[in-house]
Amino acid sequence: MPGDLNWAVGGEAGDGIDSTGKIFAQALSRAGRHVFTSKDFASRIRGGYTAYKIRTSPNRIESVVDSLDVLIALTERTVEENTDELHEGSVIIYDGERTMMEDFEAPEGMVGLSVPLQRLAEEAGGAIMQNVVALGAACAVCDFDVSYLDESLEKRFGGKGSSIVENNKQAARAGRDFIDDEVAETFPYDLETTDADYVLLNGDEAIGMGAIAAGCRFYAGYPITPATAVMEYLTGRIERWGGHVVQAEDELSAINMALGAARTGARAMTATSGPGIDLMAESFGLIATTETPLVICDVMRSGPSTGMPTKQEQGDLDMLLSGGHGEIPRVVVGATSVAECFHKTVEAFNLAEKYQTPVYLVADLALSVTEQTYPPEEFDMDAVEIDRGNLVDPSAVEEWQNDSGQFTPHAATEDGVSPRTIPGTPGGAHMTTGLEHDELGRRTEETDARVEQVDKRQRKVDTARRAEDWSPREFGDGDADTLVLSWGSNEGAIREAMDSLADDDTAIRFLSVPYLSPRPDLTEAVEAAEDVIVVECNATGQFADVIEHDTLTRVKRVNKYNGVRFDADELAARITEAIGGGGGGDDGSSDGGKSGEGDDDAESDAQQEVTT
Amino acid sequence: MSSESSDVRFIDFKSDAQPTWCPGCGDFGTMNGMMKALANTGNHPDDTFIVAGIGCSGKIGTYMHSYALHGVHGRALPVGIGVKTANPELEVMVSGGDGDGYSIGAGHFVHAVRRNIDMSYVVMDNRIYGLTKGQYSPTSREDFETATSPEGPQQSPVNPLALALASGATFIGQTFSSDAQRHAQVVQRAIEHDGFGFVNVYSPCVTFNDVDTYDYFRESLVDLGDDDAYDPADYEAAVDRIMDTEKEYQGVIYQDPDSVPYEEKHGVSGRMANIPDGAPEGATDLVREFY
Repeated sequence: MPGDLNWAVGGEAGDGIDSTGKIFAQALSRAGRHVFTSKDFASRIRGGYTAYKIRTSPNRIESVVDSLDVLIALTERTVEENTDELHEGSVIIYDGERTMMEDFEAPEGMVGLSVPLQRLAEEAGGAIMQNVVALGAACAVCDFDVSYLDESLEKRFGGKGSSIVENNKQAARAGRDFIDDEVAETFPYDLETTDADYVLLNGDEAIGMGAIAAGCRFYAGYPITPATAVMEYLTGRIERWGGHVVQAEDELSAINMALGAARTGARAMTATSGPGIDLMAESFGLIATTETPLVICDVMRSGPSTGMPTKQEQGDLDMLLSGGHGEIPRVVVGATSVAECFHKTVEAFNLAEKYQTPVYLVADLALSVTEQTYPPEEFDMDAVEIDRGNLVDPSAVEEWQNDSGQFTPHAATEDGVSPRTIPGTPGGAHMTTGLEHDELGRRTEETDARVEQVDKRQRKVDTARRAEDWSPREFGDGDADTLVLSWGSNEGAIREAMDSLADDDTAIRFLSVPYLSPRPDLTEAVEAAEDVIVVECNATGQFADVIEHDTLTRVKRVNKYNGVRFDADELAARITEAIGGGGGGDDGSSDGGKSGEGDDDAESDAQQEVTT
Repeated sequence: MSSESSDVRFIDFKSDAQPTWCPGCGDFGTMNGMMKALANTGNHPDDTFIVAGIGCSGKIGTYMHSYALHGVHGRALPVGIGVKTANPELEVMVSGGDGDGYSIGAGHFVHAVRRNIDMSYVVMDNRIYGLTKGQYSPTSREDFETATSPEGPQQSPVNPLALALASGATFIGQTFSSDAQRHAQVVQRAIEHDGFGFVNVYSPCVTFNDVDTYDYFRESLVDLGDDDAYDPADYEAAVDRIMDTEKEYQGVIYQDPDSVPYEEKHGVSGRMANIPDGAPEGATDLVREFY
């Protein structure tokens, strides 16, 4: 598409790759262009390849693609790592005067532009600005006005003084001038600008902003990739509204601090990744059985164990749906896009308080690191609604006391939701415990009381199932024979894949499922479709298992677990393959996934067998 | 009962649940002292939050009347930190045993001490695991024979006071559950302290510990409360008492008079429970930051 561009800057971790990329992304956003970014990075402070990639278009974009038009390469390895994405005519900007790049030659068919980044930066005031020189050069290559960089340079360096900002602006112009004056080639890129005003944010920031919007006042967490940015976002902001962030000594502490704050009536939250969720599992049961409203965010990364901390995976679903000993009624809500990270966070806080339950709020690494543009109206604070559930008015406490004047925090009500008093409320004092308890919150092993409490806790979830709208997000052709189901960050790539499939006359109905427990009943949709394809970033197809369990119908699985998110082109091919070949295969290889084997007839027979 | 009543008695902190502790258990005296201290400091059950750990000591939340949570093993202190931060006006008292505080929860103990949140922590130290029927605890003597240590644990017992001091404690007290007056007085001082008031209470287990008995503590404890010359603000003197391998002490052993609690350093005040019906005023500024 004319006006589209796939751009990247790459080098060693510690080279300032991230902030360089962010400056360019912000400049594009300021110019009224849509931006969708991704990162290649290793879990190291310094050393190791890292890259910041930007896809930009005047039109809305929802995913990455497998292509790179302009690359700023600070190291040769950056080029090697992106060989598959570079193509005929791709431009590679590098500094041929530096020892590490002096022997570099652009691959056949590509345009290598040696720009003396370091020398020009030194002339502008310091070698440290070499990345900004490269940005200026990239602007010239893309026919993008270098002055768009100014605002983001001010944002980035404003705190360091006006002379630093000015030097950086000069450095950018030096890069641009070098291309304009010294390079004879012309380039086909033309980054048209629009009048649109966009905001640019990533999923972790959207979660943090959603939390504040929802009235979250207490956050405790322990740093872990890729959830740390939630805590970093809240720190320094939540205080404006009387909130506080505690960096706990570990995840065990973090969730228990949040529990304490929640029992005190604060909207409270912790965020972590899979390893932290493991550690929190015992306390999760405590939160559920004491009926404490709490939002626990899992920004998933590759597992098991330490796995690949900086790589994408959606492997925690089984644990989120059923983790923890004993039987734990719960709510599990997943975000399917960066904007949904905001909206689902707000919802999670309401669900937690309405049903006095822990809520797992699920995101994944791809969402957390993606910087994406949106119109600011997407985050409409006036539309935020707060529902605190059965929080007892101090004047009505007596209604919930027993004959002895004791408050009943676990009263077995018809809908399962009990009254809740905030500490400090006169007459509302009560205890609660992780032991099975009676209506007063006191330990019991009496059989009837046990059954009553188990039932009432389950009843809350049943009430929620009836009372709330758990519909999936629907895209594409509602009458299509092919139904694609997915959860998490795959939504954007699937939507883009559908566009290209539509060009090939392949109609798709796509249901993106944010509610994982309770979840929508998809039986009708699944039975109406000829092919049901479940797309997810894990090896075994955990969501596909859930769908098969719910609908008693075999589905086809498209899985990926090499640590890299799906891109739209790849998904279009894999969906086509799944429709034609009966199975999606795993990890992009053709040798079959869990249900990838078998011919068409066998597959449809199997489907027929279980649905009738 | 309402918050307006000004003359709260210690019995108001007692619930109508009958304790199931063994007759003679030190925890009775420990709890009575806690209730007295809470009443003496003008607190009310409706404005008090008790967090209890797991173990015999953890039952205290049931036997006392207040807002309370009995949580998972070893994590009582983090819960207390969350409560106090969310509403600094509440009186927060965390209670647990030596296993809860110095074994499974030892990490939290260190960090709760360093944070210096304005709350109190009363540990019922009986040097044994009682609820699981008699295994050695982190404070058991090296030669203490139990079901899981036929030859004794053969490892140094934790010195909780030293651990607290090394973690930057601003208040360290030690008491004996049967010395009711001194115990209640030290817990009261811990409540009144501006910061983390830590009290290790020798609370004998009459069923499983025949070494660290009432008689042993009665005979061996030196009471610093009777020593007018002893100054708890004297750090060196406190170190000498805490590291003394010959004798054990009760009383306020160390108190930093310049202690500034976490909430004050971090500007945490007010009830976090109070939030508006919609997004808070000014939330749109957060969106604008992303331009």
